Order: sequence, then C-alpha cells, then structure tokens
Amino acid sequence: MRLFGRKSFPHGVHPPESKDATRALPIRQFAFAPLLVVPLSQHLGKPAVPLVDEGQEVVRGQPIGRPDGFMSVAMHAPVSGTIRSVHPAPSASGHMVPSVFLEPFPGSTQEVAEGTPCDVETATREEILAAIQEAGIVGLGGAAFPTHVKLSVPEGHHVDTVIVNGVECEPYLTTDHRVMLEQQDDLFHGLRYVLKVTGAERAIIGVEANKPDAAESLRAALPSDLPVTVEVLEVKYPQGAEKMLIDALLGRQVPSGGLPFEVHALCINVATTAEIGRLLPHGRGIQERVITITGPAVKDKGNYRIPIGTPLRFILDTVGVSDDLSRVFMGGPMMGPAVASLDVPVLKGTSGVVAITTAESRSTTEAREYPCIRCAYCVDACPLFLDPSRLGLLAKNREYDRMAAEHHLMDCFECGCCSFVCPSHIPLVQLFRVAKRAVRKAKAAS
Amino acid sequence: MSRPVLEIRTSPHVRSGASVDRIMLNVVLALLPATGFAVYAFGLTALCTLSVAVITCVAFEHLLCKLSRKPTTVGDWSAVITGLLYGLTLPPGLPMWMVCVGGLIAIGVGKHLFGGLGFNTFNPALVGRAILQATFPVPMTTWVEPMGADRLHTVVTSSLALPFSRPEVDAVTSATPLAAWKFDQELAATSDLVMGYTSGSVGETGALFILAGGLWLVARNMMNWRIPVSVLATVAALAGLLHLVDPAYPPATFMLFAGGLMLGATFMASDMVGSPMTHGGCVIYGVLIGALVVVIRLWAGMPEGVMYAILLGNATTPHIDGWLRPRVFGTRRRAGEEGDA
Repeated sequence: MRLFGRKSFPHGVHPPESKDATRALPIRQFAFAPLLVVPLSQHLGKPAVPLVDEGQEVVRGQPIGRPDGFMSVAMHAPVSGTIRSVHPAPSASGHMVPSVFLEPFPGSTQEVAEGTPCDVETATREEILAAIQEAGIVGLGGAAFPTHVKLSVPEGHHVDTVIVNGVECEPYLTTDHRVMLEQQDDLFHGLRYVLKVTGAERAIIGVEANKPDAAESLRAALPSDLPVTVEVLEVKYPQGAEKMLIDALLGRQVPSGGLPFEVHALCINVATTAEIGRLLPHGRGIQERVITITGPAVKDKGNYRIPIGTPLRFILDTVGVSDDLSRVFMGGPMMGPAVASLDVPVLKGTSGVVAITTAESRSTTEAREYPCIRCAYCVDACPLFLDPSRLGLLAKNREYDRMAAEHHLMDCFECGCCSFVCPSHIPLVQLFRVAKRAVRKAKAAS
Repeated sequence: MSRPVLEIRTSPHVRSGASVDRIMLNVVLALLPATGFAVYAFGLTALCTLSVAVITCVAFEHLLCKLSRKPTTVGDWSAVITGLLYGLTLPPGLPMWMVCVGGLIAIGVGKHLFGGLGFNTFNPALVGRAILQATFPVPMTTWVEPMGADRLHTVVTSSLALPFSRPEVDAVTSATPLAAWKFDQELAATSDLVMGYTSGSVGETGALFILAGGLWLVARNMMNWRIPVSVLATVAALAGLLHLVDPAYPPATFMLFAGGLMLGATFMASDMVGSPMTHGGCVIYGVLIGALVVVIRLWAGMPEGVMYAILLGNATTPHIDGWLRPRVFGTRRRAGEEGDA
C-alpha cells in the first residue's frame, strides 16, 4: 500500500533504531567454545533424531541428527570433536530440550565436510526441497520455521511473487544488513533455488530505507538472468513481519488466520536465502550463522559468524561485557525473549544477542502500571487493527474464549507495538501470550 | 566475567517513554494559558476559585485513596486536571464553600464512584458542575463583569459568603453573551467574544488561549484533534445554515466563541477516558456533541448546553466503541457477521 512517499503498511511504531554501533562492521568469524551444546530441536516441529553416541568423534558439518518426519530438519556438527553426551539441557525458552554436547578437538579447523551437491539446474523440485531439509535450514529471521515446509506450495495454489525479506525492522540487529552487503552471490544463487521450487515468476527484495548501501549495491549487482527487483521501504516497526511486508509491497492482505500463498505470495528471509545458496551447491548443512552481538553492555560489538550451539557465556566472555549488565535477550528488543541463564546456546533462529545495562532496562523496570486511560495509542499502533485495550481488559478477567472468538486474539503475532506505546505500562503482549497459550491448551484438550 | 544477576522481563525491552503522569502533566500545562487569562480577566476572585477547586479535588482524591487503603494517586496529576477544569467552568464570584462542595462531588461521585482513573465514564469536572448547577441555580448563573478596575487586589464579596447564607453581590454583574441573546435578543460583538471581553465562566472566555493549549497537546500527540475539530465544525455548519435560513438565529462566529464551547470542545470532550477509541468513533462523537450544543442553545430553556452535550456524548462512547470496531487486518468488511475466512 502506498499513500505518500515510501512503501509501507498502516499503523506500527518507531522505536529507536540503535543500529549505528554495528551496521558498518564486517562479519567476523568467531572462535570455538570449549564445549558446544547443540539442541536437537531448534525449529518449530518435531526434534531431530540423534545419529551420534557418547564418545563418538565427528567432523565439522557431519550430520548428527536426522529429520523426524516432514515437520523436522537435520542437525550438523558445528565443529570437529568428540561427543561428550546426549541428554536434555535447558534452552533459551526455559524448556528442557534433548541436546548433543560436543567438545572440539584442540586446534580444530574451519574446514567443513562436503556432502552430495544439489545443482539448481539439474535437480527437481522435490530434490531441492529434500536437500533444504537435509541441510537443516530454518527461517533465520527468528521464527525458525522449517524452510522446506514453507517453500512447499500446496497443490492447487500458485505463488506469483517471492518476497525476500531484508527489512530487519527490529532495533539493534544488523545481520541481514551485513549478509546483503557481503553475501550477494549466495543470496542470488539461493534465490534461483527458491524461484525454481515455488514456480514464482518474480522476486522482490524488500529493504528498509535505513540500509541504503545494501539496497544500492544489491541493485548494482542484480544478475540479468533473475527476475528480481529491489524495493526500499519506510523505516517502521514491524515492517519485516510477513503480513505487513506483503501488504506494503503487493497491496494484498493475507486473510485472518491464513497463509501468504493464499494471496499468491511467499516471504523468505535474506539470510535464509543466502544460506540456501551457500550450502546446497556443496551438500553442506547449517553449522554456523551470522549473529549481531551488541547492546550498551557489550564492549566489542559486532556481526559475528558463530557456530550453532556456542553458549552465551562464552560469547559474552569473548566480546567482554560491562559490570552493570542487567539483561540479555536473544533477537531484537521488541520480540526477543530475555534469557535466565548464560549457559544456553545460540540457535539457528538467533539473529542477535543484545546485552543491556541497568540504565537501559530502567524504562521497563521502573514503569508503574496504571489503569487503562483509553488513550487509544495501542489501537493506533496495532498493525493488525486489533483492539489491544479491550483485549487487555478481557485478559485481566481471563475471558480468553471471548478474546479468541470475538476479538481475533489468535491473529496477534506478538510484535509488541501495544506494550511499547502503552502509557499505563500494561504488559499487553504478555497478557496476550498467556491468553493464546490458554486457548491453544483448551483447544487441544477438547 | 563474574556471574551476573540477570533480569527476566518479557519483551518488548524498549518503551516509547509515554506515561500516564506525563500525559496528564501536559494537559495541566496546556491549561495554563487559559488559566492565566482567567486570572487576568477576573483577578483575585478567579485565582481564589481555581485554587479552592484544585486543592479540594487533590485533597479529596488523596483522602479517598487513604480511606480505601490504596497508594495515593495524586501523583498522576489527573486530580489536578479535574480540579482545574472544574474551576474554569464555574462563575467567578461563586461562594467558595460551593466551589468546595462541587469539587467533592467531582472527585467522589464523578471519578471514584465509577471506579477511579480510567473508569470515569463521565467527565468528573462536568459531573461536579452539573450537580452544582441543579443545586444552586442562582449563584451558578450570576456573572461578574470581566476586567473590573480593582479586580487584581480585591475579591468579590459573594465569594466569601458563609455556607447557607444568602450571598451578597457587590460587583458589577452582567448576563453572559448567550443569555443576553436568548433572553434579550442582544448579540455581543465578535471581537469582544474572541478577545474575552465578555462575562462568563472563569476560564471559558479566553478562546485564543484555550486554542493555543489545545494545539500544544495535539502537537504532542496527547489529544485526538478529530474531536474538537468535529465539534466546532458541526456547530459552525449547523449555526451557519440556520442563520442563512433565518437571520434571527445567531451567526456561526457568535456560536463558536460565545459560552463554554471552546473550553468544552478542546479540553473536556477530548478527555481520553470519556471519548471513543477509533478515529471514526471520535468524529461521530464530536458531531453528536456539536449538534446537541446547537439544539440546546437555540431551542431549550437554558442559554448554554455545552456541559450537557458533553455528558450525553460521554454516555454514548461505550456504544460507539461497541458498534465501530476497527476492521481487523485480513478480514472482510463486516467480519464478525460473515464468519471470518
């Protein structure tokens, strides 16, 4: 939808961008931690089935878990070393997840094992989807939805446009920005696979206006054989949310409770696309990813390529943190969960690790909760045109069924805009998370 | 790295910085120009009326919080707004004890009986004033002339009347422009109305100062401009039309600048708690209030109708919000009825 100026969606908020510290820093390779913890469930769906046993030696890139069914992906060894054990360990979400504990060999190299290559020219659609699943690729933007599932357009549906999401609207994060600048060949090559699999006629790379260098250099490098364009979007949160981006670029609204293919569109993150282009030609799997390590409490801020399974403690020890560290969250500040322990590892879906000090966390810790004064700030912020004020009142009365039946609770994707603007400091999005869980639980029980 | 104590908080980890007390403080600041003009026009009398109104409201709010064993809510500035708005709607020279009684009603009945901040369906200041108007009709319609020569160092004696005694009025009184038009068919000069050289409530005459405060709030995104604009536009359009049909009706400029319309439309109709949540709802609400103002002023028994129009508008707010919900993203126009796809 275009009213004036840049393409955008209605409503939304403008949090401070906080990207200056890392946006210009090239991607750097991170060292191996003394012990890596690789959860077998880093994606939505069923955990992978372990392929390794205690004491076994593995090489970097070797599969250590195979997908368990369609809604599951493979896991690969992030480093050459010895398997110490396979047992449940706490993940960033707080749940216990079966995990592989891997101790690197001293002086382990960055060499990665090669597998069976998947060539974009000769492989069939099904072969490419299987290769993506075997490569363990999930949505790297944060949702960690298995990519091969997302790319499987249901029978009888037609996708005309693939949207490559380079918006990166969360504050602090600059990983997609750096990938767009440094991995353009991977990105375009990955797009060839994506276009072939989906059968789409064209692709649009959507970039927020705060990354003009990325948009310009991508435009200059566009290969002539690819039907792809670059579009610049207004800087506004949550511009990168799938529904908002499709609305902004194509003017189509994904139906409430529906999926993008229903409006003939498909969204895929730039880093995910680049990873397809980087891994598939060599038959490799994901064993590391680019993560922005930043925040006022971090000393050596930057964009690092970090092995999956590296514990947060090792990362923060390496980059150094200030003494008044008060909170660490994974992902951006609008949606990223705060971690309770630094022993949890980074995952495939971890786009950033942000550490803030007491001074920055004050805005949320010292906020006194008032009753709703009906200012309607949340109503004007919600990108889905829900009524967070009324939903909040219903949530406090635990009228969860009514929230879902009459007020579209289940459409809420927890972007956090309502909590961000609320002058009464009502924890709206948290109330909605609890309500959604209760509704899902009741549905599963009945 | 030592083992730091990590805070567990749910996202979002950043906030816009908006807060209830900051919004309320800004409303108080926005009322200061109008308050300043009130004190200039009506002198020490207005200052006393306003002080008593504010002090009564804040003190009673504090007392009610203490009595219900809750932390005091005086710090959120909302009681100050109620007190100030209430004071600005009173006739200068109203006996202080009546000012005090109305303040107790505003906070006790208008605000806390409905559940306190956020739940006060009706504007508390207007609830206080409405009950006062019904109880003491004569003092509530006795109007001191503005710009009296000795206003800055003497207080009108009626202000100091003891409870239940008959107040003596020693100051020069005159009818408000609306009453003069209604009962004597006299039309005040537009320049006098705009500049505030007419009698009226303490704070309703300084139209330009009221508008300046309103603009400041709109610029800070602390007021939905659609409400005052639709109220004023409706009054102007209806009055202009009627004046065109029958010139015996007053012109639009008179209707806009006479009486409490500016103060009511800018600061009371737009009160967040009592007004609808959606932009469309705000316009409907504003048009309704504007139409009621014209109807009451022109055809009802009393000369002024802003107070009742806003209170009636407040009563429709829950219904407007119930009918006019925003259309949820990805649903058809009438979502709930068709069963969402």
